Amino acid sequence: MTVSAIAQAAESKTGTVTAFPAAEAARAVRDTRPLRLITCGSVDDGKSTLIGRLLWDTKAVKEDQAATLRRDSGKQNDLGLPDFALLLDGLQAEREQGITIDVAYRYFATDKRSFIVADTPGHEQYTRNMATGASTADLAVLLVDARTGLLEQTRRHATIASLMGIKQFVLAVNKFDLVGYDRARFDQITHEFRELALSLGVRQITAIPMSALKGENVVYDGKASMPWYEGQTLVEVLELATVRSAQTVGFRLPVQRVSRPGESFRGYQGTVAGGSVKPGDSVVILPSGMVANVTKIITFDLVRNAAVAGDAITLVLDRQVDVSRGDMIVSIDSQPQVGLDFDAQLVALQAEGIQPGRRYWLKSGSRRQRVTANPVSQLDLKTGSWTQRTGLLPMNGIGKVHLSFDENAVFDAYEQNRTTGAFILIDPDTNNTVAGGMITAKRSSLTDLRSDEARVILSLPADLADQLMATELFSRRRDETDLRRMTSGEASQIFKDAAVDI
Amino acid sequence: MPSTLPETELHNPQTTKTPLDPHLKALENEAIHIFREVAAEFEKPVMLYSVGKDSSVLLHLARKAFYPGRVPFPLLHVNTGWKFAEMIAFRNDIVKKYDLDFIEHINPRGKAENVTPFTHGSALFTDIMKTEGLRQALDAGGFDAAFGGARRDEEASRAKERIYSFRTPEHRWDPRAQRPELWNIYNGMIRKGESVRAFPLSNWTEVDIWRYIQVEDIPLVPLYYAKERPYVERDGMMILAEDPRLELLPGETVQHGSIRFRTLGDFPLTGAIPSQATNLEEVIAELEIATVSERQGRAIDRDQSGSMEKKKREGYF
Ligand SMILES: Nc1nc2c(ncn2[C@@H]2O[C@H](COP(=O)(O)OP(=O)(O)O)[C@@H](O)[C@H]2O)c(=O)[nH]1
Ligand SMILES: [Mg+2]
Repeated sequence: MTVSAIAQAAESKTGTVTAFPAAEAARAVRDTRPLRLITCGSVDDGKSTLIGRLLWDTKAVKEDQAATLRRDSGKQNDLGLPDFALLLDGLQAEREQGITIDVAYRYFATDKRSFIVADTPGHEQYTRNMATGASTADLAVLLVDARTGLLEQTRRHATIASLMGIKQFVLAVNKFDLVGYDRARFDQITHEFRELALSLGVRQITAIPMSALKGENVVYDGKASMPWYEGQTLVEVLELATVRSAQTVGFRLPVQRVSRPGESFRGYQGTVAGGSVKPGDSVVILPSGMVANVTKIITFDLVRNAAVAGDAITLVLDRQVDVSRGDMIVSIDSQPQVGLDFDAQLVALQAEGIQPGRRYWLKSGSRRQRVTANPVSQLDLKTGSWTQRTGLLPMNGIGKVHLSFDENAVFDAYEQNRTTGAFILIDPDTNNTVAGGMITAKRSSLTDLRSDEARVILSLPADLADQLMATELFSRRRDETDLRRMTSGEASQIFKDAAVDI
Repeated sequence: MPSTLPETELHNPQTTKTPLDPHLKALENEAIHIFREVAAEFEKPVMLYSVGKDSSVLLHLARKAFYPGRVPFPLLHVNTGWKFAEMIAFRNDIVKKYDLDFIEHINPRGKAENVTPFTHGSALFTDIMKTEGLRQALDAGGFDAAFGGARRDEEASRAKERIYSFRTPEHRWDPRAQRPELWNIYNGMIRKGESVRAFPLSNWTEVDIWRYIQVEDIPLVPLYYAKERPYVERDGMMILAEDPRLELLPGETVQHGSIRFRTLGDFPLTGAIPSQATNLEEVIAELEIATVSERQGRAIDRDQSGSMEKKKREGYF
């Protein structure tokens, strides 16, 4: 295509399509963004059954699929329905062992909204797969067997879900048919869970007594067996849940590729990861720090007058600046952090764990760079407290780490932005994804400490420093210290330079 | 550098096009993101193009993702020699219309040995002409990433598959050792010889596909719409009786009726459904009250549960 053809194509597009037309309200169906949710909880609490029930009662299961199910399960439960879990446990190994190993994604819809649900495994050894499902979820349905109450695995999953930024929880007190629909039992488990949730800082909780098997309080209400329950069914809660949006924070565009279809056109393609942008806005390209203005926002359908978080766009700037894949274009008045050292929390996903001092690839947005991730502490999932641990972070472990980069990295805190604050670690030997991580803060280093707190800079012989650091006193406050190893020549230079400053 | 694109951002010309609802918009954005990511990270991507409705949506999204540039990779059609004639005609039109790089591959061994669905059975035929043919074409092109239009709602093992589905140099999928895939951060690191199948439509359902086709006005092979067509009934399937290679078995007669197809593949293996839906609105209306899944018409999936997983392990899409 020639350049003028491109220009014409763009023109003809814009000539036929409008940005925000006052369209007649399309169908009420699915007029909001899909809600992403996970089911989690211990093995056999009924996660797969619950999703099967949701699919069944919202008519997402077709007759031939049901027939295959009946044939496969060979048995039916006492309600004459097939084993719903088989709808989800799609791998042969799962069917053979009767357990869920990997995340399954399923889709269903009501008149009001559509849903993407991830069925996650309950076994501790597959915790990492649960974390995978949680990373994109807006809401977690935490199942508890009414007979057993909260288990260690319930606590583990609630903790991981909240760490991964899920703020809305449904506590499904399941198998309620097996405890005689006893209201006191419901109150007791709900109370227990509220204490756990409080300790995690989770405030949005809806507790529902439920029988996933019989379909009580899932899509249809359970009034016949528990007339005392006046609350919502699961689907009612899901229909009203909110989808997180990164639109209120600063503009972020991680550049995926530079589009150069002709000599005179250069556009930066990517998905808006935060905030919004319009022509005329001033932006900064990070990490380089160069400034430019936005001239156009292009999509296939039209040249737009604005783009918001979630939009896949092509951005055109007013001047020739050096922008390449992996850079981030951000609003000038609300910028992310740029630096070499960050604090993060991460989940170790592979058998080798995360090894201190080892160099990994880190990928965040479209940017990939070298990093070391040194563990600082690990979350004890039994007690919910962090314990110091600087050695290897084992598989399924959740740890706080220090990230150190060779070249500047660009992040927001995960709390502020779930896209620009998230990353994965890749093992350079196996190429496997070995950790999922969330940025908590940029680490202050000696050069950019802003606090007024008094600090002392010491230069010590290495062996003496090692002995000091081995002491309990030091290790307890390791987080507050900043450490650089260098030759005595370099150290004396620093002191000389500092003397000039003073 | 100033662009040559026109200055039109301040007024929005009116149009008859319905805007995408937030649900379809989110799916579209996700697919475009995946297209761009793969195109940027891999050396030699290719897009599997099967001429069906999912492929048509996939192609439309690829054109959107790279606009105002061209689609920066070729389309690959793994032909079996047994496709519906209308599919091939449609395919040729599309390739010309959108200025696409196009590759067609038919397994030469299968052709030489005269492998047909009638003589070899659906399972072996699919194995040789589709799975083996695909492997040959990917190896010959040296492609390190291949886009496919598979959706997770199609089948139970697909529901477990990642958006970047890692394949060994032998094109094998190991469902027990899938790379974790968190957020929308995709791990595209592979060694030489290894490859990735990328599925931008993973999170779409059949209804989403149809509604998107409607709103975006995407052209489709006419076989998707009901028309008076000749067919024979065989093994509980309605098989289109247009190709002279279809030989009638004792007791079979050619019947006529208003039929259409929910999926398109090899004509002897793809069953039609009786239908009066002659346009998109009617197809969607039928779909929303449909009680059977779209794959029901496919011989390949009916062999046994878990048959798709087995095929995928061997390199099938
Ligand atoms: N009585 C009763 N049994 C249930 C209920 N929900 C699940 N089950 C049974 O509990 C067992 C484990 O369920 P499953 O869904 O596989 O649990 P998961 O491991 O959490 O996915 C199965 O035998 C189910 O039929 C319920 O509400 N009531
Ligand atoms: Mg399960």
